Amino acid sequence: MTEKTPGPAKAGGLDAAPFLDVDPLLDDRGTRIIVCCGSGGVGKTTTAAALGVRAAERGRRVVVLTIDPARRLAQSMGIDALDNTPRKVDGIKGSDGGELHAMMLDMKRTFDEIVEAHAEPARARAILENPFYQSLSAGFAGTQEYMAMEKLGQLRARDEWDLIVVDTPPSRSALDFLDAPKRLGSFLDGKFIKLLMAPAKVGGRAGMKFLNVGMSMMSGTLGKLLGGQFLGDVQTFVAAMDTMFGGFRTRADATYRLLQAPGTAFLVVAAPERDALREAAYFVERLATEGMPLAGLVLNRVHGSGAGRLSAERARAAAENLDEGRMVDHGPGKTGGRGVPATSSEPSHSATAAASPARPPAAPEAAPTADATEEHSGTAGPETGPEAGTASENDPDIARLTAGLLRLHAERMRVLAREQHTRDRFTALHPEVPVTEVAALPGDVHDLAGLRAIGERLSSPRGRS
Amino acid sequence: MSRLQVVSGKGGTGKTTVAAALALALATEGKRTLLVEVEGRQGIAQLFETEALPYEERKIAVAPGGGEVFALAIDAERALLDYLQMFYKLGGAGRALRKLGAIDFATTIAPGVRDVLLTGKACEAVRRRERDGRPVYDHVVMDAPPTGRITRFLNVNDEVAGLARIGPIHNQAQAVMKVLKSPETAVHLVTLLEEMPVQETADGVAELRAAGLPVGRVVVNMVRPHVLDAAAVRAASGGHREAIARALASAGVPGGAALVEPLLDEAAEHARRVELERDQRAVLDGLGLPAYELPYLGDGADIAGLYRLAKELRRQGVGAA
Ligand SMILES: Nc1ncnc2c1ncn2[C@@H]1O[C@H](COP(=O)(O)OP(=O)(O)OP(=O)(O)O)[C@@H](O)[C@H]1O
Ligand SMILES: Nc1ncnc2c1ncn2[C@@H]1O[C@H](COP(=O)(O)OP(=O)(O)OP(=O)(O)O)[C@@H](O)[C@H]1O
Ligand SMILES: [Mg+2]
Ligand SMILES: [Mg+2]
Repeated sequence: MTEKTPGPAKAGGLDAAPFLDVDPLLDDRGTRIIVCCGSGGVGKTTTAAALGVRAAERGRRVVVLTIDPARRLAQSMGIDALDNTPRKVDGIKGSDGGELHAMMLDMKRTFDEIVEAHAEPARARAILENPFYQSLSAGFAGTQEYMAMEKLGQLRARDEWDLIVVDTPPSRSALDFLDAPKRLGSFLDGKFIKLLMAPAKVGGRAGMKFLNVGMSMMSGTLGKLLGGQFLGDVQTFVAAMDTMFGGFRTRADATYRLLQAPGTAFLVVAAPERDALREAAYFVERLATEGMPLAGLVLNRVHGSGAGRLSAERARAAAENLDEGRMVDHGPGKTGGRGVPATSSEPSHSATAAASPARPPAAPEAAPTADATEEHSGTAGPETGPEAGTASENDPDIARLTAGLLRLHAERMRVLAREQHTRDRFTALHPEVPVTEVAALPGDVHDLAGLRAIGERLSSPRGRS
Repeated sequence: MSRLQVVSGKGGTGKTTVAAALALALATEGKRTLLVEVEGRQGIAQLFETEALPYEERKIAVAPGGGEVFALAIDAERALLDYLQMFYKLGGAGRALRKLGAIDFATTIAPGVRDVLLTGKACEAVRRRERDGRPVYDHVVMDAPPTGRITRFLNVNDEVAGLARIGPIHNQAQAVMKVLKSPETAVHLVTLLEEMPVQETADGVAELRAAGLPVGRVVVNMVRPHVLDAAAVRAASGGHREAIARALASAGVPGGAALVEPLLDEAAEHARRVELERDQRAVLDGLGLPAYELPYLGDGADIAGLYRLAKELRRQGVGAA
């Protein structure tokens, strides 16, 4: 794959990839489930919520299942109360009778509800109070994924919505969403648990004998190590789970099949970074082997530039020219600000460039960074000092400001080049995967307006509308 | 500096990177640090570009000035087998238990057992002494679970309350708590200047404090320089466009006029980020904790980057007597 020059033309590999248009996907009444997957922090929750808003405003009756949304986002959708049931979101501007409902997954509550639904009250209480159950429901790696699947199954079974958008739990690997539920299943189905439940079932007489040895060893040593109550608790737990266990498996399997059904579409979300795109590639491959339908890749938080024809190198060189111009004009005495150490433990403070007569204080922030800004941590701001040069192009304020603009641009172009490169690697591996880009917004996304803006970008080529 | 430094933070903010840099920074002249990981992810090995770490302390780096960094990936199952061996001289029976899945069971859902084993091993390394009585490791740095789980993870005493109040695990929990709640320990939280990690940091600090665990510092990671701020951009946009175009031309940028607008747009975005970061900083300041700041490394946090971060930490006082 050849390196392409980054720029507004974006002549990168991405153009080789088909464009993922989410609108037809959202408008297709056959689309019943959209799952947003991806590695940690890439924008899964934001994307899921934005798709929900967009689909509702295009006339669908949607429910979004979010997991750990940012607080302000949850508040803006009215789902900051963790009650584990979907709430109607106000402020949806659907002309076609679309509605958005949203909920935040409460993992433990979901687990408890399964117990309550599948065991009579006394037994349910025994399970809920058991320390092993509590540990399993609150902390077992994979419980959150399992419960997300469980909730998805429940929402689908209620059949009140014609589209379910599912967010997936934060985890290092996107694959966890598919693997973790099985991990819980095979754990609950493990040899040891079987043994505790029904030693006789596992083997014949010889097996029994061995297992009894195992059991007494177990009760002896682990019991001693962990305390006498241990075994009793384990057995209560296991016996209690026994009745429900078949149900767990059956439902998990059913949900898994749901994910393979034609009405399901997976969207893989990734940031244009090496790790995230590598994860995305793994996930794409995995979906293929599982026979799960992939709609495409959402490349989130992509940077662009309207001044792409000015390269990083040119911009940096020009910034240096401006610095030198200043030095020539004003001598070293006036540029003292540049001599400050580039690093400091102090918190960063940008100097304010209000038209104050004083030179902005030498910014103490910037620890050593990318070369573009390495020697220039100082804040540039226009000055109105009397030292202003003869012609306006030599105005030190403007020169300084322009140098700042150029340095910012140089840094931006560096980011662009890096993003382009990682994207190209992905498209080289998976040229068949449709891609849509979402520009990095300067601020967080925490209200319906922000979600709409993301939705716009999701459905327009180049991510900038 | 505390002997046990625990590094937590929201997922992906740089816990592993910061823990490694801290271990390097603490290994000043002739000192020895141990970097431990507890989540079985082999993050340290990946970072130092070595093969997967066994359950064994291994030297993985030499710090400038001759200090040494050792690393250990703590494995709960192995730690449990070690205990069983130590207390009950199990021999081959341990393996049988393991085969049955009993060890997996005990370290997976027996409440708190896994965490006692993991923190216990780290505390053991803190307390371990040479024959001459000097500590084997001057500092132990832990790449810990994320903020959402850190308080539970460290508060093992409460966790094992679900088990009977006797037995070695209980005694172990007690001993661990003594170290963890003492000034020997400091729990640091890594964050970025973004809303979610900052919020998590604030929540995490509150939780740690409520549990009586010693909060160390906030580590603000991936700090980018502020080149221009909002006021500068406003000033520039207000009527200086032509002057900027001339400045661009004088600096040798052809067609400068057409570039002014997009350059100002970029600057406006930058300024917006600066403002948002300032808000997040204010939240962090409100926590009343000292902070370390680490720069964003444009080329990623590889080994060279780690040494840079370590140097930066030292400059900010890590490792100073
Ligand atoms: N295109 C964007 N531009 C700007 N900010 C964004 C964009 N997409 C997401 N964000 C912000 O990034 C942060 C993380 O996004 P989000 O919570 O959606 O990620 P996630 O993949 O769900 O994370 P986790 O793995 O922790 O669940 C949020 O603060 C969100 O507002
Ligand atoms: N100061 C930095 N500058 C640039 N990149 C960084 C910096 N610190 C960390 N990174 C990068 O950020 C990513 C996440 O870092 P790291 O793995 O240390 O985070 P973590 O908090 O341990 O993540 P996890 O929650 O998955 O364990 C890595 O790709 C790492 O190289
Ligand atoms: Mg999320
Ligand atoms: Mg890590």
